[in-house]
Amino acid sequence: MNQDPVSQVDQERLGELVTINIGPSHPAMHGTLRVITVTDGETIVKAEPEIGYLHRGVEKLGENLTYHQFIPITDRLNYCSAIPNNVSYEMAVEKLMGIEVPEKAQLIRVIMMELARIADHEVCVGILGVDLGAFTPFFYLIIQREEIYEIFEWYNGARLTNTFGRIGGVDADLPDDFEERWRELKPNLRKANEETEKLLTHNRIWMDRTIGVSAFSPEDALNWGFTGPCLRACGVKRDLRKDEPYCMYDQFDFNIPVGEHGDVFDRYKVRMIEMEESIKIIDQAYKLYKEMPADAPLKARVPKVIKPPAGEVYSALESPNGELGFFVRSDGSDKAYRIRIRPPCYMIYQAFNDLVKGGMVADLIACISSLNVVAGELDR
Amino acid sequence: MEGWVIAIIKVVFIWVWVLLIATVMTWVERRGAAMMQDRLGPNRAGPFGLFQPLADGIKLFTKEEVLPKKAHKVLWNLGPLLFALPAFSAYAVVPFGDKIILGGKEIILQVSDVNIGFLYVLAIGSLAVYGIVLGGWGSNNKFSILGGLRSTAQLISYEVPLGLALLAVVFVYGSFSLRDIALAQQGTFLGFLPNWGVFKQPLGFILYMVAIYAEANRVPFDLPEAESEIVAGYHTEYGSMELGLYLFGEYVNLVTLSTLVVVLYFGAWHIPYIDISKFLGPVSWGIVSFLILYLKVAFFLWLFVWVRWTIPRFRYDQVMGLGWKALIPLALFNLFITALFIQLSA
Repeated sequence: MNQDPVSQVDQERLGELVTINIGPSHPAMHGTLRVITVTDGETIVKAEPEIGYLHRGVEKLGENLTYHQFIPITDRLNYCSAIPNNVSYEMAVEKLMGIEVPEKAQLIRVIMMELARIADHEVCVGILGVDLGAFTPFFYLIIQREEIYEIFEWYNGARLTNTFGRIGGVDADLPDDFEERWRELKPNLRKANEETEKLLTHNRIWMDRTIGVSAFSPEDALNWGFTGPCLRACGVKRDLRKDEPYCMYDQFDFNIPVGEHGDVFDRYKVRMIEMEESIKIIDQAYKLYKEMPADAPLKARVPKVIKPPAGEVYSALESPNGELGFFVRSDGSDKAYRIRIRPPCYMIYQAFNDLVKGGMVADLIACISSLNVVAGELDR
Repeated sequence: MEGWVIAIIKVVFIWVWVLLIATVMTWVERRGAAMMQDRLGPNRAGPFGLFQPLADGIKLFTKEEVLPKKAHKVLWNLGPLLFALPAFSAYAVVPFGDKIILGGKEIILQVSDVNIGFLYVLAIGSLAVYGIVLGGWGSNNKFSILGGLRSTAQLISYEVPLGLALLAVVFVYGSFSLRDIALAQQGTFLGFLPNWGVFKQPLGFILYMVAIYAEANRVPFDLPEAESEIVAGYHTEYGSMELGLYLFGEYVNLVTLSTLVVVLYFGAWHIPYIDISKFLGPVSWGIVSFLILYLKVAFFLWLFVWVRWTIPRFRYDQVMGLGWKALIPLALFNLFITALFIQLSA
C-alpha cells in the first residue's frame, strides 16, 4: 500500500510518467478520498486509491456504547442518507433479539428510507453533473433534496443526521399532514428529474462524456463484490428489496432498473429510474399505512436496557449505494462485543484501478462521482 | 482638435467602456446563473447586488500575493499580464460605432482603422494562450501544467477553423478592414435578406461561434481551468489581483469576441431594412449607432452566460476530435463553396 505506485508500473517508461496526487483535498474528491494516479500525459496508467482519511473508529465506538447509543453513530456513515444506516443497524439488533417489528413501524421505515434513497440519488446525480461541468441540474435536484430534508426535520427535528427509529420500531408516528406535504413534493420531484433528464440525458456532450466511460462487465462486477446501482448498471438484476425482502418490501410493486454496459451513463440512468420507482413505493406504502388503525403499535415490546442474548448476526438491506450490512456479536451484556459494518462503496472502490485504467483524468472524475463513494461509510 | 488628441480620447473612452462592460458582465454572469439555477445570487452590495464586482475588486486588490516556493518568478508574473493585455489590445481595431461629427470634424468611432485589422485581431487573439501556458508552467504545480497543456491542445484545434471561417468573410466582403466589412453590411441582397454576414456565411458563422467559445475558455471548452478535474487549472496557484487579471481578462475577452461577432456577422450598427442615419443628425447618429452595436453585443454576451450554465464540458481529446475531424473540414468546405460562388457570380 505504501509503496510508490510509480515503481509498480513499467520501469522503462518511468521518465515519461507523472505521478499526480488527486486528493485528499481536491474539489472532486467528495470528502477526503485520495487517488495516487500515474499518468502518461492525461492518460491514466495506474490509479491507486488510498483510504482512511475519514476514519473515526466507528466500529470500535460500537463496542463502547450501548445498543441505543450507537444509533446516532450510524448516521455518520453515509451522511447523504442516514436513515437506511439507522434502520439497517436496528434490523440487525432486532434480528439478534428475535423482535418482530409492528407493521405500521415497518411502513414508516419504508417511507422514510425511500425518501432518503431519493435524496441520496439526487445528490449523486447532481454531483456527477457538476463534475462533468454541467452545474445547473445540481441546483434543481438539491432544492428538492432540501424539501425532503424538510420532511425529515419535521418528523424528528434532524435534517442530515436523522437518528431515525429505535430498536424494535420507531419512536414517533408520521405527522398528520404528511399526505399533504407528500402530495406537494411529488410533482416537484418528478419535475426536477424531468428537467435534469432534459438537460443531460440526450445531450451530445453528456453522452460523449459518459457512454463507454469506465464500463465494467457483470462478471467482474460480481467478482469485486459490487452491489446497488453500480451492479445493476452492469446488467445484474440484484436488489435486496426484491431478492431478500425485509420491511414488507415484498408487498410493493416496483421495478428494478438494470443497465447494459455498466458505464457512467448506465449508472446515471439506473439512479434516475430508481428515484421514480421510489416515488411509487412511497405511494403504495402510504396507502397501506392509511389502512392501519390509528392506535396500532409503533414499537414492539423491548426491554428498557437492551441486552441481546449471546450470539452473532448479519443483517443487510438495500441502501441507496448497495448492500449495507451490519454484523453484530453480542456477549449478553448491554454493549456489543463487536460491530462490523459492510459498506457498499468499500467493495466498489476496490475496483477503482480497473475502472479507470486507460481512461483520462476527466474520466476518473466522472467515474468517482458515478460510483458515489462516500468517505464516511468507506473509512468508517 | 489635433488628430492625436482625438486618438487618445478614443483610446481612453473605449478602455473605460470595455472595462465597464466586463465589470457588469461579472455581475450578469452571477445573477444570470442564479436566475437559471433557482437561486438569488449576489444581492447585498448595492441595488440588485450591482456593486458586487466592486467589492470583489477591492477584495482581490487587498489580498496578499503568494508566490509558490519553486515558481518561476518571471513567467509567473508574466502570465496574467499576457492574458489580460491582448484582450484589451484587440479592441484597437474593432469599431464601436459608425462615425460622429463634432465641431465640423468627422470622427470614426474606431480607435484605428488599419487595413489589416483582421490579421491584427487574429494575431493578438492567439497571444492570450501564452498567458495561460506560461502561468501554468511558471506555477510549478502539476494541475497548472495540465491546464496549460490542455490550453495549447485546444489552441491548435480551434485556431485553424477560426481563421478559415474568418477568411471566408474576407472573401465575401473583399477587405481586411473591419470598418469596411461593417459598412458593407448595409442594405439587402436577393431582395429581402439583410446584407449581414450571418446570411452570407451561415456555416462560417456557426464555425466561428464554436471557435470563439474555445478561444474564450468558456463552457463547453473550459478545460484549461476545469475546476472539478484539475482544481483550477492554470490559475490554481494564483491569488490576489493576479488571479483577478485572469478572471477579469476572460470577461474582457468575451466583450472583444462578442463585438467581433456583431461586426463581422450581425451587421455592426445596421438595422435591417431601415437606414436610420438618414433620420438623425450627425451627432445623434453617432450615439445611436454605438448603442445599436452594443445592444447586439449584449445579446451575445448573454449567450455566453446562457451556454455556460446549460451544457457540460468536453473532454480534452474530444475537443481535439471536434476541431480536427469536424470544424476544420467544414471550414475548408465553407471556404471552397464561398470561393466557388464568388467566382461563378463574378
